[in-house]
Amino acid sequence: MDKLLFSSVSKKFVMALAGLFLILFLPVHLFINFMLLKSDPQPFNEAARFMVSFPLIRIIEIVLIAAIIIHICYGIYIQIQNWMARPTRYAVSIKTKTSFFSKFMIWTGAAVFTFLIIHFFNFYFIRLGLAEGNPDDFYSVAHRLFKIPAYNYIYLVCFILLGLHLYHAIISAFQTLGLNHRFWTPVVKAFALIYAIVIPAGFAVISITIWLFR
Amino acid sequence: MNLTLKIWRQKDAKSKGKFVTYKMADVSPEMSFLEMLDALNKKLVESGGDPVAFEHDCREGICGTCGMYINGHPHGPVPAVTTCMLSMRYFSDGDTITVEPWRAKPFPVIRDLIVDRSAMDKIQVAGGYISVNTGAAPDANSILVPKKNAEEAFDAAACIGCGACVAACKNASAMLFVSARISQYALLPQGRLEAKERVRAMVEKMDELGFGNCSNTGACEAECPKQVKLVNIARLNREYYKAY
Repeated sequence: MDKLLFSSVSKKFVMALAGLFLILFLPVHLFINFMLLKSDPQPFNEAARFMVSFPLIRIIEIVLIAAIIIHICYGIYIQIQNWMARPTRYAVSIKTKTSFFSKFMIWTGAAVFTFLIIHFFNFYFIRLGLAEGNPDDFYSVAHRLFKIPAYNYIYLVCFILLGLHLYHAIISAFQTLGLNHRFWTPVVKAFALIYAIVIPAGFAVISITIWLFR
Repeated sequence: MNLTLKIWRQKDAKSKGKFVTYKMADVSPEMSFLEMLDALNKKLVESGGDPVAFEHDCREGICGTCGMYINGHPHGPVPAVTTCMLSMRYFSDGDTITVEPWRAKPFPVIRDLIVDRSAMDKIQVAGGYISVNTGAAPDANSILVPKKNAEEAFDAAACIGCGACVAACKNASAMLFVSARISQYALLPQGRLEAKERVRAMVEKMDELGFGNCSNTGACEAECPKQVKLVNIARLNREYYKAY
């Protein structure tokens, strides 16, 4: 059982599944965030309330948190093993032309994780009663945050790095799941590029609009 | 042409190695990289020095023995060639060439540019075979193989086990090598019978030997002298999931 759960292929399989689940959650979050652009706080707050009260979504939330923890723990575990696999570095670093972003997954991932912590402090912890704020009015919480320029800078940088992470992540997840196909792999690559641009851009547009125009 | 060589010198596995710089004059562009090293060694021996130890055998690009890391590339900067087939005409007069051994935990340096690559043999022994009775060769058409499968299996079997994939990978992963071995059997009816045991045993051995995990960067495919493709790694993954 250990061999199955912790073999190099299995670890990547778990990483890919957890990652894909997180990827699927992003458009849902983005859709709700677009309600922040309305002047009426009610739709956003109702959507946020729906997300915490609907039983099925509560289950998905638990899976989501589990997916984040598993993805991060396995990612760090894999990275440490990978560093240990080459104890002596080359004097001339590897010059092979490869996918640029694939080399920095641990670092782009770390940036996204840092943002997640900030995000949890700002919203999730309010709901859990661990931070101050009104859990029934996340609309105002979000608007207040987006009015802080420093918060916007961090937000935008993190979303650019998320995009870089997503691009390799989507292509890599399909390869890890064994889904490599003469016709479909180029389609997946094109989709990864579009997804990695559109999703972060969507979040960025919302924050910039509130910051500068509301 | 005149070259400056920076070569990794290490007396044995336990000694601490270092780079030693050699000046080579009048290198012919028609030489192969190994012939250039032969010329250097001749010079070193004649002057009472210690020749640079490097592995070589067939010198025609098929045995996979002559791996070394040249200027940031396994087997040098030219795609799809082994070090023995690397011509000196790809270098220019005045170049500095840095030559290092493969660097990976499962490939300890034995001496100078020679590493112990028996880890790859251990993976092969774990499952890279089919169990058949010995005797007369069976009729070629007794088991029919679709042409596409035969060709893909042959492409995978082109792997010469040189270790360039491990050397190029930022994680020192052996996935391309193992996937080539898995694919050459998985695609053929003769290999299907033991497919599950094979993939489990070979992946388990690969992990046990301390190779890194594949992160799908594709450096292995780019540097493979036999142009083994990444699709083999996807096939290895599929075979592994099917085995459980």
